[in-house]
Amino acid sequence: MLYREAGDYKTSYAKDQQTFPIAFDRWGYRLTIAFAVLVVPFILNDYWTNAVVLPFLIYAIAAIGLNILTGYCGQVSLGSGGFMAVGAYAAYKLMTSFPELNIVFVILLSGGVTALVGMLFGLPSLRIKGFYLAVATLAAQFFLVWLFNKVPWFYNYSASGQISAPERSLFGYAVTGANAHPATSYLFCLGFVFVLAWAARNMTRGANGRKWMAIRDMDIAAEIIGVDPMKAKLTAFGVSSFYIGISGALLFAVYLGAAEVGEAFGIEKSFLILFMVIIGGLGSIFGSFAGAAFMILMPVLLKNIMVGQMGWPTDLASHFQFVIVGGLIIIFLIVEPHGLAQLWRLAKEKLRLWPFPH
Amino acid sequence: MSANFYYGIEVFLNGMMAGVLYSLVALGFVLIFKASGIFNYAQGVMALFAALTLVGFQNGQIPFSNLINAVFGTNIHYFGWNMPAFLAIICTLVVMIIFAYLVEKYVLKHLVNQEPIILFMATIGLAYFMEGFGDLMWGADIKKLDVGLPQGGNIWLEENTAFLGGPDFYGFYLDNLDMWATVFAGLLVVSLVLFSQYTKTGRALRAVADDHQAALSVGISLRTIWVIVWSIAGFVALVAGIMWGSKSGVQFSLSLIALKALPVLMLGGFTSIPGAIVGGLIIGVGEKMFEFLIGVPFLGGATENWFAYMLALLFLVFRPQGLFGEKIIERV
Repeated sequence: MLYREAGDYKTSYAKDQQTFPIAFDRWGYRLTIAFAVLVVPFILNDYWTNAVVLPFLIYAIAAIGLNILTGYCGQVSLGSGGFMAVGAYAAYKLMTSFPELNIVFVILLSGGVTALVGMLFGLPSLRIKGFYLAVATLAAQFFLVWLFNKVPWFYNYSASGQISAPERSLFGYAVTGANAHPATSYLFCLGFVFVLAWAARNMTRGANGRKWMAIRDMDIAAEIIGVDPMKAKLTAFGVSSFYIGISGALLFAVYLGAAEVGEAFGIEKSFLILFMVIIGGLGSIFGSFAGAAFMILMPVLLKNIMVGQMGWPTDLASHFQFVIVGGLIIIFLIVEPHGLAQLWRLAKEKLRLWPFPH
Repeated sequence: MSANFYYGIEVFLNGMMAGVLYSLVALGFVLIFKASGIFNYAQGVMALFAALTLVGFQNGQIPFSNLINAVFGTNIHYFGWNMPAFLAIICTLVVMIIFAYLVEKYVLKHLVNQEPIILFMATIGLAYFMEGFGDLMWGADIKKLDVGLPQGGNIWLEENTAFLGGPDFYGFYLDNLDMWATVFAGLLVVSLVLFSQYTKTGRALRAVADDHQAALSVGISLRTIWVIVWSIAGFVALVAGIMWGSKSGVQFSLSLIALKALPVLMLGGFTSIPGAIVGGLIIGVGEKMFEFLIGVPFLGGATENWFAYMLALLFLVFRPQGLFGEKIIERV
């Protein structure tokens, strides 16, 4: 009834091309943002922040990043964990070398560093395609993790080989370190998520996004109509790594506080982010959020049910979790290979016609 | 000749042996990729699962005992008998064939005609599923696998080569198990080649590999072929699982050898059985020699983690289809 284009007159090009063409969607979006900014910080407690909300926000950034590369530009990458490590270590080096530098710039610069590294590892994509590229990005994953483990300069010669984030504050509120309040860390991450998601949404429907999609759909045809594959692929690698680097920097500085590279940024992270993208839906920003929410919430939920309610030992519960995650991935791929985003799209199509479907 | 030179040769030989083990895993990948175009990430976990099942049968473990204990509050673990290795291998093989059938029935059948990346993801899902399932069924503790293969260094070889070097050289050290693995890998490859060249089923397999639709049109049942292929891959996984499991115990890290098999495949090409063997040898020898010559002296060691991938990456830049892969044709 409410979900209609009808009656919503578009009187300018800008209005015609807006992201949410339906008034109901626009209000839903505004309300979500308002809720996230005005209500959530006051009802957050430590458990929810650390178990659910912060990882969700941070992985959502990574998922958007990988979605730009894999979903929009069609280049499969299994190196996300390694790139997150680049972001984290760049943030650590910047924070310790320039204590005066504002934390926002630190995070952004770490994204920039990761973008450069990502473009470097994206170079082979000009020759290698498909699975071969996926495996080639594994080289990045393993090499980067090894590098951060072996070169003491990266972890400032600390005896444990760990990196830990010193306290930094923004407008007088600590956002990193042990004194950070859950609400401040949450708002800090939320700010990044909002800006980055907004930028990604607009980038992917602009000229660059169209070039990426042309390359994804058929690179030879794209080349013939004038898309430079090198530029398109490298920008995709760059932008994607920028996002993933920021996510890695936030994961380390805000969420974990201290990290050991092999443990925090191993190959499992790469797969986790890839799952988010696939389950959420390739080539959809909303899908990245949905996928991140799904992959973060489900283990928490399962654990609460099996350990909390049924009193099973934790190791048994974690095995069960593997079975369920694996099973769900297969079921999802069979039922809806285009992910949660496609279900959302279908629901919206249905809603437009409801309650008079003819 | 200096002892270092001989030590280099020993590293080379050990690299060959490690390469054979990589090839064993890579072989399973190639079989499935050829027959169904699926890049089966679960191959490594299949090896883990096969090894777990084998140990479980041998020790007479009760499947799902931990789960049963948690749900019903009982305390059962073992049937109280020990199965001979040979019988246990047969039983495990039966389990792997049942598994192949189930995979075809519940996963692959529904994913026909999907994009390769979707199929790849499905096998990652399968890998997660099997990993959890194997642990639920047999428990996650590290298990010792012994099917009666000789272990430890080969003393005969060591004694008879000691004269080559100076007084500080004690002869080549090669693991008996690795040598057996080489023998088994050789037998496996020969029998696979014979099977695919000289039997009716083998010919059907190759037909499916060439062209699914054409194979369907001459009356080959795709579904039967897939069950057969996954069973064979299960068998290869069992062999790989036995070899790796006897070497380093049956544990979670066994499933990670799948990742090591990837660069092997990239070097050898996804569709070539000889490629898997040659690629495995190149990777095995390459990473051991690199570690020995450059890694330990200059880079602080542990280069084995990434060397294979870097080698494959460099290699692919010059030859994107791998050594023996089919030529990629994009424009006619």
